[in-house]
Amino acid sequence: MSAIVFENVYRYFTRDGKSFPALDGIDLTVADKEVVALVGPSGCGKTTCLRLAAGFEVPTKGRVTVGGQPVNGPGPDRAVVFQQFALFPWKNVEDNIAFGLRNQGVSASTRFERVSAIIKLMGLEGYETAYPHQLSGGMQQRVAIARAYVLDPEALLMDEPFGALDAQTRIEMQEELVRIARVNPRTVLFITHAVDEAVYLADRVAVMTRRPGRVKEILDVRNVRNAERWNHHERIEDVMDLESFVHLRTHIWRSLREEKIAVAP
Amino acid sequence: MASTSQHPLSKVDALILSMIGLAGFLGIWLAASMSGTVPRQFLPTPFEVLARATHLLTTPFAGATLPMHLARSLERYSYGVALAASIGVPLGLAMGLYRWLDDIMTPVFDGLRFIAPIAWVPFAALWFGTGIGGPIMIIFSGAFPPCLMNAYRGARFVDQRYIEAAQMLGTNSLRTITQVLLPACFPSIIAGLRVGAGLGWQSLVGAELIVASAGVGYMIVQGQSNISTPTVMAGMLAIGLVGLLIDVALRQIEARVRRARGLA
Repeated sequence: MSAIVFENVYRYFTRDGKSFPALDGIDLTVADKEVVALVGPSGCGKTTCLRLAAGFEVPTKGRVTVGGQPVNGPGPDRAVVFQQFALFPWKNVEDNIAFGLRNQGVSASTRFERVSAIIKLMGLEGYETAYPHQLSGGMQQRVAIARAYVLDPEALLMDEPFGALDAQTRIEMQEELVRIARVNPRTVLFITHAVDEAVYLADRVAVMTRRPGRVKEILDVRNVRNAERWNHHERIEDVMDLESFVHLRTHIWRSLREEKIAVAP
Repeated sequence: MASTSQHPLSKVDALILSMIGLAGFLGIWLAASMSGTVPRQFLPTPFEVLARATHLLTTPFAGATLPMHLARSLERYSYGVALAASIGVPLGLAMGLYRWLDDIMTPVFDGLRFIAPIAWVPFAALWFGTGIGGPIMIIFSGAFPPCLMNAYRGARFVDQRYIEAAQMLGTNSLRTITQVLLPACFPSIIAGLRVGAGLGWQSLVGAELIVASAGVGYMIVQGQSNISTPTVMAGMLAIGLVGLLIDVALRQIEARVRRARGLA
């Protein structure tokens, strides 16, 4: 079991000796093999949530556990996919993907097997020896996802992974991610500001308030998806046309808009 | 350098323009030395300098031919730059990595780096002698600061995303340094070596003011005491040309490194 659990998490930043609240009591559970998308107005602290789960930051109060263990620094059990990819530009595709396995001292033959398998799964065949700067943004993010997936992590933490991609590539990657999640389901915390993306990819969508962030509401997409048989539609645009999809999307949009309006005066 | 708002020049146009620049420079020089306003000996013509340089290629002056002087200079220079790189780069990286080392070393270097290499000449001679030690120390003092500073900046301001990516991939400290930090700093290290190599070569004449055997700087000093201004200028010409070659070569290497990274 590898759930991600935020228990009454507060995070304060200090600047010029003053303390600013970023997160104001987050309670959220991402169940084992569940995909939870975290949406919210910009600056609401959704990325901070992910960084706490990753271990890049520590909560001021409360605690974050993954698989029952309190998070204590970053590690390969919680693989991160960054918005700006953060691939190593001096390593080729294969070496970027194999890097985490090397750290774990995985034998060369096992490493080759696992890297080859993930390269195939991510559609990266033929690019093994290419360097990141020779690839398009979409391909670079495939490598970054492969680098995370190959570690077989308890949790995948994705920080607006498709935010830097153009609209078409983005859709392609969203479909890709759904396909991979079917083959190899993982516990995923997915940060995004794109509501479509959240509804399409997630089992549940958590909407955050404006800063200081709290979880405002959680929508169960999974029940709707199963009831309305979204999975029978191969293409994202067909799913996005469904009334049930539009209904959920509109609901989240309204919820987010309330947060924006409240901030205006 | 063409700014982005101008039409880019073709290679041929750029070559023609640089020829015009050079021809203009040589023309003014020639006119000044032919005009007779200064004694010819104070300002030899370009032809005299070229003739003298050609002559020195085969005929010894101050105990050696020009190529032999250059060879000795390059030998001292290589030692000085190699020493500067082998101390400056690791120290700079360590200062970028460890805040306490940074705090200890930075005030010292901030003071020292404004002292021109030639200011060290008396002490270089006293401490390390006029053979090979003194000149090497002066070249070292010219080449060292850029080697150190660029490595330092590279390590200190390394993109944190790489470090975080390494951490989440479970990389230990040693591998983080060798596999992530060093390669991430590599372009700035190379840039530092290029600038350092240039400044080291510039320090050469100063370094060789104190030597008593051979070297282009020594040849220049000997030319001066023999009032052979064409010899002095031939030495200057040699220093300029070799410096240019060093710079062009290192720029090529730097450009190659940057291209391999997709930075260029």
